[in-house]
Amino acid sequence: MLTMPIPDTATIERRAAIAADLRNIVPGEGVIEVPSEMRAYETDGLTAYRQLPLVVVLPETTAQVSAILKYAHDNAIKVVPRGAGTSLSGGALPLADGILLGMAKFNRVLDIDYENRCAVVQPGVTNLAITRAVEHRGFYYAPDPSSQIACTIGGNVAENSGGVHCLKYGLTANNVLGIEMVLITGEVIRLGGRHLDSGGYDLLGVMTGSEGLLGVVTEVTVRILQKPETARAVLVGFPSSEDAGKCVADIISAGIIPGGMEMMDRPAIRAAEDFVHADYPLDVEALLIVELDGPQVEVDHLINRVSEIATGNRSMTLRVSTSEEERLLFWAGRKAAFPAVGRISPDYLCMDGTIPRKRLPDVLKGMAELSAHHRLRVANVFHAGDGNLHPLILYDANDPDELERAENFGADILRLCVKVGGVLTGEHGVGIEKRDLMPEMFSEVDLDQQMRVKCAFDTQGLLNPGKVFPVLRRCAELGRMHVRGGQLPFPDIPRF
Amino acid sequence: MSAIIKPASERELSELIAAASGPFELIGTASRRNLGRPMQTASTLDLSGFSGVIAYEPEELILEVGAGTRLADIEALLTANRQQLAFEPPDWSALLGASHSGTVGGLVGCNLSGPRRLKAGAARDHMLGLRGVTGRGEIFKAGARVVKNVTGYDLPKLLTGSHGTLAALTSVILKVLPAPDTEETVVLTGLDDESAVSAMSLAMQSACEVSAAAHVPGEATYLRLEGIAPSVAYRRDQLARLLKRPVEIMAETSSAAKWRSIRDGAAFASRSAHPLWRISVTPSQAPLLIRTLRQSLDIRYAFDWAGGLIWLEVPPSADASADTIRAAMSGGHATLIRAPQAVRASVAVFEPQPQALAALSQRVKDSFDPRHILNPGRMYREF
Repeated sequence: MLTMPIPDTATIERRAAIAADLRNIVPGEGVIEVPSEMRAYETDGLTAYRQLPLVVVLPETTAQVSAILKYAHDNAIKVVPRGAGTSLSGGALPLADGILLGMAKFNRVLDIDYENRCAVVQPGVTNLAITRAVEHRGFYYAPDPSSQIACTIGGNVAENSGGVHCLKYGLTANNVLGIEMVLITGEVIRLGGRHLDSGGYDLLGVMTGSEGLLGVVTEVTVRILQKPETARAVLVGFPSSEDAGKCVADIISAGIIPGGMEMMDRPAIRAAEDFVHADYPLDVEALLIVELDGPQVEVDHLINRVSEIATGNRSMTLRVSTSEEERLLFWAGRKAAFPAVGRISPDYLCMDGTIPRKRLPDVLKGMAELSAHHRLRVANVFHAGDGNLHPLILYDANDPDELERAENFGADILRLCVKVGGVLTGEHGVGIEKRDLMPEMFSEVDLDQQMRVKCAFDTQGLLNPGKVFPVLRRCAELGRMHVRGGQLPFPDIPRF
Repeated sequence: MSAIIKPASERELSELIAAASGPFELIGTASRRNLGRPMQTASTLDLSGFSGVIAYEPEELILEVGAGTRLADIEALLTANRQQLAFEPPDWSALLGASHSGTVGGLVGCNLSGPRRLKAGAARDHMLGLRGVTGRGEIFKAGARVVKNVTGYDLPKLLTGSHGTLAALTSVILKVLPAPDTEETVVLTGLDDESAVSAMSLAMQSACEVSAAAHVPGEATYLRLEGIAPSVAYRRDQLARLLKRPVEIMAETSSAAKWRSIRDGAAFASRSAHPLWRISVTPSQAPLLIRTLRQSLDIRYAFDWAGGLIWLEVPPSADASADTIRAAMSGGHATLIRAPQAVRASVAVFEPQPQALAALSQRVKDSFDPRHILNPGRMYREF
């Protein structure tokens, strides 16, 4: 089990006074301090962890956000920002001594500028709502995390969210042009805008994926794109994951970047098929969905190339979608993979590592061994184009031993990802979930430098503490020159 | 002349920086030395020794190279594998008085992107990882050799465009992508600035996947299509129908040559005494900005990025017309990319920032380089 920073009892005792002060900033129902009403905020997508916040505040304007953060800063109170609370890594887990800053009321689309191909929205607007606002003109917002119906664009910026189309169209970072944000001091700054690139340091790049540790986003300008003319998919079954992996490599080597390229292993195929009856072949070890999008003539051409490549890689079954219904059916199983797994197990943990694609067979083999070792089943879905693996570990939360085994299993999988040259997280973020694994990937020097960047934004460490970094260091100490020699320089600092 | 030190290893570089008593200017092959504010340092760190391919895996779409590797060598390697750096790195050697296009470390340090930036993103969008030495003399890494990664802060993006003021890069990991089979350019003539920007906007709003859109006043408006031949042909016809104007088509070879020239600002290379700006603006605002500037200045200019990028050449003057240009802008940023040393020393080469942002930028600088050892003053006078 993960431990969080020890709450400050003096702050908790001041709860009523803090709530009263916050009401002076956000009047009426915008401040919640009754435990039963705060229950809705006690967890996020990582439901194994729950914690009631000190108090919830729901501002509606940038000025209010600024005043709240300045108040927290002046009074040294921690703040946990929150969008829709769909984080799978615990990024929005509240703190007992921290203000939960909910951005849900920032839910307006402010401007749609087709001429400059961008939309200006408030951070509480959902990912899908952006596409909904522009689709009547044939436009869409490209990043499509699987939670897109619920997750907010502010949360997407915080987590640098991806989705199945990001190999071709990029992550959130590649589709955000600008933000307005508030520093913990209450200062409001703008990074980027409707133009391209920033004039100084790329602080927009650092903010994107910073998991709520650097500032609070109050406005987002995103790039919108015209929808491709058409899309078709190929569904291919392979006798082994090696063959499927080789097929993926050959497609990319042939100069083809598909709109989406997803792989499932046998347990995931079986679970999905039992759930949605997408007519997936059940005698294959790996199933690949390759979607090509663009003008009809291009899609037809590429479908043929991909089919040839698949056939050359021992494909056992190959179907090309001939209608939009059939294309959606191919996807139905993949898109339902998580709930499908949810049907065959009381609970599951969704992991998220990225590996060099060529190491997939090794990683799947290692995962099978780990599955036996931890005595838990695992199913795999894989954004095959970019090497982003989502192992789903099946467990029963009612059995405390199973939760612990599941977490250990997950940690071992991520260690394996790092060992083969990959990373701890491709799109879900570090949060609390992978926090203690950060040293697997980064040296103390690497992490200290990241924490110094954190200090440049938030000197007192008040924004979302306990997330991302395994060890909390005081900024003043990080500011000194690094102490060499392997000894931990500050043994009195809490480690968790 | 300052003393030039050429470290042979990361360790040596680290020791040099940790032990330094005064600041360093960082160079690869010094091809972009004239970009940014001029510096006078007692010592120069030559990083060209960190050269060569560390890993190139075309099917994984990654390339890891020493930061001192020549861009020309990288492009030759990628071309042989029908891949490319999709942000279309420009070669500004003619603009900056250099003999060749420089190193990848310099390219990344300056975050330079060409016409395809409009569709494919900037250099920063293709930076996956790096190794380097901070101003503390600490060897660190960030990012990784995979194309999708959100583990920790995105320091590769932060370091891209930091002009060597945060760390000395020793190696970089870049995302590489397939090169298109072919290209064509749709050419429109006779458009004034407003109608050219409107036409480019119309093209960019279509599903034609225009990969570059530029307007050279008095010459033509150019829209590039890339991909497999049948798709390019189809989109060319679609585009011609959409624009409702007669168009000419530039075939592959002349199209490539035209975009190279636009990418490199070739039209502005000859008058080297004239200050040259690159201005990033909201595309639809570009024509108005130009109209305003023409009232007081004798300018030469061109639009790239569908109007979002203005190349602007102004007559020689003590401040390179910086105040006039920035006063006329509403949003965006102007960077002085060519001017005599004395001018670059006295005007803000990079867009001045509001107080809170400037203070944050300085804190970020201090977080990497508290003693201001690395390229001090290159971007801003204060650090």
